[in-house]
Amino acid sequence: MAKKTLNIVESAYRAVMEEQDDTILWVLAAMQGVGAEHTVVLRGNAVNYAVAGQGASRLTIGDWQQAHPPKMDTDIADLIQKRKIPVYVITEDLDDRGIDRAGLVPEVRFLAKAALPGLFEYAVVNHW
Amino acid sequence: MADTTIAIALMDPPYESENLTTALRILDVAPRRGYNINVFAYEGAAALAFTRQAAHPNPIHGKDVAQENHPTTKDQIAALLAEAEKHGGKVDWVNCGMCVDERGVNEHVPGTRRGSPADFHGFVEASVNVLVIPTK
Repeated sequence: MAKKTLNIVESAYRAVMEEQDDTILWVLAAMQGVGAEHTVVLRGNAVNYAVAGQGASRLTIGDWQQAHPPKMDTDIADLIQKRKIPVYVITEDLDDRGIDRAGLVPEVRFLAKAALPGLFEYAVVNHW
Repeated sequence: MADTTIAIALMDPPYESENLTTALRILDVAPRRGYNINVFAYEGAAALAFTRQAAHPNPIHGKDVAQENHPTTKDQIAALLAEAEKHGGKVDWVNCGMCVDERGVNEHVPGTRRGSPADFHGFVEASVNVLVIPTK
């Protein structure tokens, strides 16, 4: 049985334009596909990944045009619905940024900072 | 000193941060506004113009190579050079030679060249302003 792994994702929008996704969420999705068992906590600026309706316009440099700009909200929904990876967001980090909970991707779970240690029954905790 | 030449130093490697996207957007606009640009690609940024970068499929996105159309910085730099040429601007893109050697990224986009910190010094002297975007 795979080790249950808690992934606390804090770095946000790091190379998402170049990669057309978030590298950490991508690798977790790929690992889940080969039997890993992951849970994600979005904290700090990464809570913004859960805001529904976001998106970057296509990057253009000269005549070069990006085909698929990142859509972080769809990637979060994909983790939850297709990959069955639970995704939590830290409520204080939402509040600090004035992010309305009603505007988040469906099925995102809310977690207060004080409750975070309660998730530490995981065999592995990775802080990204 | 020409008042239409700017210098920029980059340090981040490709595919690791948003800094380069921001830098390339600035560099894309500069020649359209009549600026010549001097770029010193230092440390990880020396791999930006490496021609053996390859696009890949993305099974997580459910896309093959063509559908994913993955960005590569070498293509973006080639487009930047072409855009500048179209507007009559000049881009002098220098890849730090020792940085290139360390990483084995010796093949670079035509129109960029191998150089050294002496080139960066020359860029600073010849430019009306300098923007440094270091690795954090």
